Amino acid sequence: MLLQQLVNGLMLGSSYALIGVAFTLLLGIFDMLNIAIGEVFMLGAFFGLTLVAAGVPFLPALLVAMVLAGLVNLVVERFAFRPLRGTPPVIPLLSSIGFSMLLQDTAVNIWGSERTQFPPSMRVVTFELGPVLVSSVQLAILGTAVVLMVTLHLLVQHTKIGRGMRAVAESPDTASLLGVDAGRVIVATFFVSGALAGAAGILVGLTFSVVSPFIGIEIGLKGVAAMVVGGAGNLQGAMLAGPLLGIAEVLSVAYLGAAYRDVVVYGLLILTLVARPQGLLGAVERARV
Amino acid sequence: MLSDYQQTLLLLTGINVLLGWSAYLPLATGQLSLGNAGFMAVGAYAASLLTVQPRWPLLPALVAGALLAGALGLLVGFPALRLRGIYLAIATLGFGEIVRTFFLNFEPTGGPMGMRGMSGTTPGLVWAWVGLCGLGLFALAHSRLGLALDAVHDDEVAAELSGLDITALKVGAFGAGAALAGLGGGLYAHYILFIEPGTFNFLESITMILFVLLGGMRTFWGTLIGAAVFTILPDLLRGLQDWRGAFFGALLVAILIVRPWGLLPRETLRIPLRRLAGAGERP
Repeated sequence: MLLQQLVNGLMLGSSYALIGVAFTLLLGIFDMLNIAIGEVFMLGAFFGLTLVAAGVPFLPALLVAMVLAGLVNLVVERFAFRPLRGTPPVIPLLSSIGFSMLLQDTAVNIWGSERTQFPPSMRVVTFELGPVLVSSVQLAILGTAVVLMVTLHLLVQHTKIGRGMRAVAESPDTASLLGVDAGRVIVATFFVSGALAGAAGILVGLTFSVVSPFIGIEIGLKGVAAMVVGGAGNLQGAMLAGPLLGIAEVLSVAYLGAAYRDVVVYGLLILTLVARPQGLLGAVERARV
Repeated sequence: MLSDYQQTLLLLTGINVLLGWSAYLPLATGQLSLGNAGFMAVGAYAASLLTVQPRWPLLPALVAGALLAGALGLLVGFPALRLRGIYLAIATLGFGEIVRTFFLNFEPTGGPMGMRGMSGTTPGLVWAWVGLCGLGLFALAHSRLGLALDAVHDDEVAAELSGLDITALKVGAFGAGAALAGLGGGLYAHYILFIEPGTFNFLESITMILFVLLGGMRTFWGTLIGAAVFTILPDLLRGLQDWRGAFFGALLVAILIVRPWGLLPRETLRIPLRRLAGAGERP
């Protein structure tokens, strides 16, 4: 069932796209790779799970989890990035890895290291579209991802803070000369990036219906792959590459066996880095948001 | 005499020093590799396959494992030349994950069930290797080649303009680091007597960087101190139990904030010396 696999891949990939976008925002604007995004994503899943388990309906749970995840990412910015401004990019990369370890262990201590069942938050209805089966959960995942990405696009293109982001991405020095408050732009971008990762957490929780403190590294690295394949620093690229990777993964599970899913994803990542470092949609000179 | 427990710590420290150096060598030319656990896995599995099935003696098996990891390092090092900083880190990270997945699916080494049947590492053997490699690194630090590595680290373009073969230096450092990781992996497998793909994960690669960072990024002997502290410290901190990972994460962030170049960078030692030397010249 090729068509069914494509649909499943698209659903899975829309979550990768969201995490990829969360990574891309920070890399495209400030040249920062925040590995802790993976753990923010994982925490988002647990926030969502806790809220849904407490009886909160899906939509408000999603929004609250996004805000909480955004705030966690602000803490990451405050301790792992702000004190290290001005050092080569690999230094904050390492400190964000340190923060990941801290966040992961904290989650293990709060929620335990076992896989936790995500409570069913909505009535599952299955639709038959010709030969393809689509569940209401899948539609909710895809719909949420699309709405979030469109909102992000509007934010970046048509708001004052979005103009600030684009200005800083172009040239931090010129932007500050022109009166852009770089500090505010950084805080806003980290918050948005964390919120998107948190939303992806809930969506992945819905997709697999189990959450564990260790999904952060696993799925987070897929987000990094989506970012690179799409063209590091290019938002549209990450949005496109996420579904591509999801489809590649689902197809490799179907035709090569589940064992090779990660080889295919990371193989694509390395192939892109070596053959076309600017990614699918990245500019040759310097990737921009 | 040392107790069993002290011997174990001594042995693990030695292995960790080798692993730390495997991260140090690429870093000495400005290349951050987050995939050294992959090279470690190759060395561990290759050496184990040789001692368990054709019953090779440990020494040639270790060397073969190290050479295989080193060759793979050279192979990865060439395309990695095109990448810098963050992108190199991402690519090596992807490489490490691919190696792990490979062994997860490789039946001759037990796949996810892991592999046993090895034996034979002693603290003496491990520290003989540490001594040998330490001598090599000492000689390197005091040679023209060492200066060339420094030059590549500090300013690649200037180094190239002054006639250095950047490609050979960077790929060489990357391959040598991979070989050291393979050696460390082989020794580790023959000490722990059971290896599984999960051992060689992303966190293991990070730990190697930690050894270097704690000791100072640009001195090979700093890694010795870093590895020793990080091997012995967790044992002293057993009371932390469930919060160990959090503790190390916080420690990593704290070290970077206080000293982004590691706790003991070369300059710490140089400055007092320079002050002494320059004392007479001051007006």
